[in-house]
Amino acid sequence: MRKKIFLFAILAAVTLACGEKKTPAGTSSNKIIDPKTDIGVGSITSVTLGKIDDVMATKGEKLFKGKCSSCHKMHKRYIGPSMANITKRRRGEWIMNMILNPERMVKENAAKKLLMEYSAPMANQSLKKDEARSILEYFRKNDLKK
Amino acid sequence: MNKRKLIIMIALSATAIVGAMTSCGKKSGLASGMAEKSFVPPGQLDEFYAFVSGGFSGQLSVYGLPSGRLFRVIPVFSQDAEKAYGYNEETKPMLNTSHGFIPWGDSHHPDISQTKGELDGRWIFINENNTPRIARIDLTTFETTEIIEIPNSAGNHSSSYVTENTEYVVAGTRFGVPVPQRDMPIKKYKGNFKGALTFLKVDPKHGEMNISFQIMMPGFNYDKAHPGRGDSHGWFFFTTYNVEEANTLLEVNASQKDKDFIAAVNWKKAEEYVKAGKGKWMPTKYAHNIYDEKTHSAKTTWKKRVLVLDPSKLPGLVYFLPTPKSPHGCDVDPSGEYIVGSGKLAAEITVHSFSKMKKAIKDKMYDGKAYNIPILKYEAVLAGAVKQPGLGPLHTEFDNKGNAYTSFFISSEVVKWKLKTFEVLDRKPAYYSVGHVMIPGGNSAKPFGKYLLAMNKITKDRYLPTGPEVTQSAQLYDITGDKMQLISDFPTIGEPHYAAGIPASLIMKNSKKIYKLEENKHPYAVKSEKEARVVRKGKNVHIYMATIRSHFAPDNIEGIKVGDSVYFHVTNLEQDYDVPHGISMIGANTSELLIMPGQTETFVWRPKKVGVWPFYCTDFCSALHQEMQGYVRVSPAGSRVPLKFTLDDEPMK
Repeated sequence: MRKKIFLFAILAAVTLACGEKKTPAGTSSNKIIDPKTDIGVGSITSVTLGKIDDVMATKGEKLFKGKCSSCHKMHKRYIGPSMANITKRRRGEWIMNMILNPERMVKENAAKKLLMEYSAPMANQSLKKDEARSILEYFRKNDLKK
Repeated sequence: MNKRKLIIMIALSATAIVGAMTSCGKKSGLASGMAEKSFVPPGQLDEFYAFVSGGFSGQLSVYGLPSGRLFRVIPVFSQDAEKAYGYNEETKPMLNTSHGFIPWGDSHHPDISQTKGELDGRWIFINENNTPRIARIDLTTFETTEIIEIPNSAGNHSSSYVTENTEYVVAGTRFGVPVPQRDMPIKKYKGNFKGALTFLKVDPKHGEMNISFQIMMPGFNYDKAHPGRGDSHGWFFFTTYNVEEANTLLEVNASQKDKDFIAAVNWKKAEEYVKAGKGKWMPTKYAHNIYDEKTHSAKTTWKKRVLVLDPSKLPGLVYFLPTPKSPHGCDVDPSGEYIVGSGKLAAEITVHSFSKMKKAIKDKMYDGKAYNIPILKYEAVLAGAVKQPGLGPLHTEFDNKGNAYTSFFISSEVVKWKLKTFEVLDRKPAYYSVGHVMIPGGNSAKPFGKYLLAMNKITKDRYLPTGPEVTQSAQLYDITGDKMQLISDFPTIGEPHYAAGIPASLIMKNSKKIYKLEENKHPYAVKSEKEARVVRKGKNVHIYMATIRSHFAPDNIEGIKVGDSVYFHVTNLEQDYDVPHGISMIGANTSELLIMPGQTETFVWRPKKVGVWPFYCTDFCSALHQEMQGYVRVSPAGSRVPLKFTLDDEPMK
């Protein structure tokens, strides 16, 4: 008898649950990957870094001041982390993915840890790939300074 | 548990399930498939947009069909404190009229722009009855971008319908009025008052409206209108009532004659007359308000004259089609051949034929003239009539299978009938007293005959009571089968007067997500936090403020004095979708601001008391929204506290 009731309950549970699609649980991870190899998540899988391109860096500086400096300063921790020495802490791919794909980036690993620390989400400023690249160039140039 | 108990338990559950599916003998929503047809699961999108006018709320609301979910109320003719429309400095000019600033309007008939007779989803036009105006809403931003006042008009009701290629939007007067307005006895109405039918040319690229000409008709009441299409493109049809020209107790005195008219206006002929210089410029004054998406600001231009055409002197411009008993709805079928006039007090629906009308004009089959405008013979233009369809026919829309659907106010039902044969195919009750009905594209050459929306005037017992004022409501019918099926009721903002529906696919791909900062041409915009500053000009103080998650820059301001006018010009520096910021200041005699990404808005605060007064963000923007705040120090008039503005205790400049 017990068995029958048990079967009935299972049947009911299956019937009730049939409308819901299953999503794979635990896709995001909290791993800390070595920053030297961590490229983040997004459309940037590799970026070639050569000699500093001054024209690009100037363009990046202008963009940074307009679109980013409300939250990031060079000389101090602000709404988000200070950007001084960012290129020494993070790979270019990671930085560009964080600019272009912040909603996805903060779901796991190092970026998630940053969100937990700062509480303010990294804003998506709707920049284009070449604009993110210019900002990276500006950071690289800035990090050359002593 | 023994066997008997188990059997009882199963029996009870079975009863409960069956009971739930067929409660009280009536078919439940689940059993009849209603729920399946109107339910849009969480996270999924509706198939259609329905733009439902707000009637006496003055606004335009946006719903999804079939779900009936409300997405947005677009402020049009009334101030909206939630969105600062008509409160902030940028949008105040939108509500300017020749009578001054008017905070309210009565919005009635939305109509979506068309190309080749089909909905193109670029703009939606809507009329204001009380202080005659036409508005245009941009369907990329869902914002009111233009409002033009209609001179020489009153109770702007036979409006705002567009022609097949959006060449014109029309605005017909409801009231006969003296033109120009003057001091005269009301009793001298007859023969002296006029009825202006206004044609506004629409710029094909940017949508800007301009009054091309007014046809100065006799002082009848012009009720509803629709354009010709296909063969009848080039014509516009207006129902009239009160051809008796009564000026009092119209309830009785405007129903004396057996027939009123549908006025058939040949607007292509009107264009010829204008070109030939037959129009007369008449001095007047009206406001033309345009909102510029780049400056995020509206501006009023005052217009001083209007071109008038006199149909009593210009042959071939207008003909009258006799139509029984104070016709209300004036609806043209997708082919353009049938013109449906719904006599509010008639026992049948009158259907005129455009091809017969053309022949009657050619053969001069007149039944006299009214104010020198030919009246065509009723029998010569009549295509047929729907006999005994119901009581109080009002409005008709069409599907793509040759059927028409007419609302009946008095008998409270929707009736489906067949064009060509005029036979009634189906009728379904409406709860209660249905006014307009809407089928997406139902007044174009290409209707999408899947749903019909009925907009009701009375809802009484359909919802939980809320005191004397009960909710307004609409009802949705599935019209894909031979018989209509009511599939849902849903509450709406007041009053759901009329609506325009369109497949979501035609709109959503163009929907704007943010305003680009680099395109912001607002004179007080800041493009980065570095540009934020405070500038004093005498007693006016301009704060060039920036916002981004989650702070204001500057957020500490000193050196403001009692008696100053403090302008908060706030730019939202976000460039991400769906991140507006709000701001409000204690004691400011206005609404909050709600600023979209990349946009600049302004409110004025006139501090009356000394103190340190806070301001804060009103739209929950991030986890640190509650931290998004600042202070203004207000010193006595004449004090010497220097102007100072900082963020994080650092000067902004």
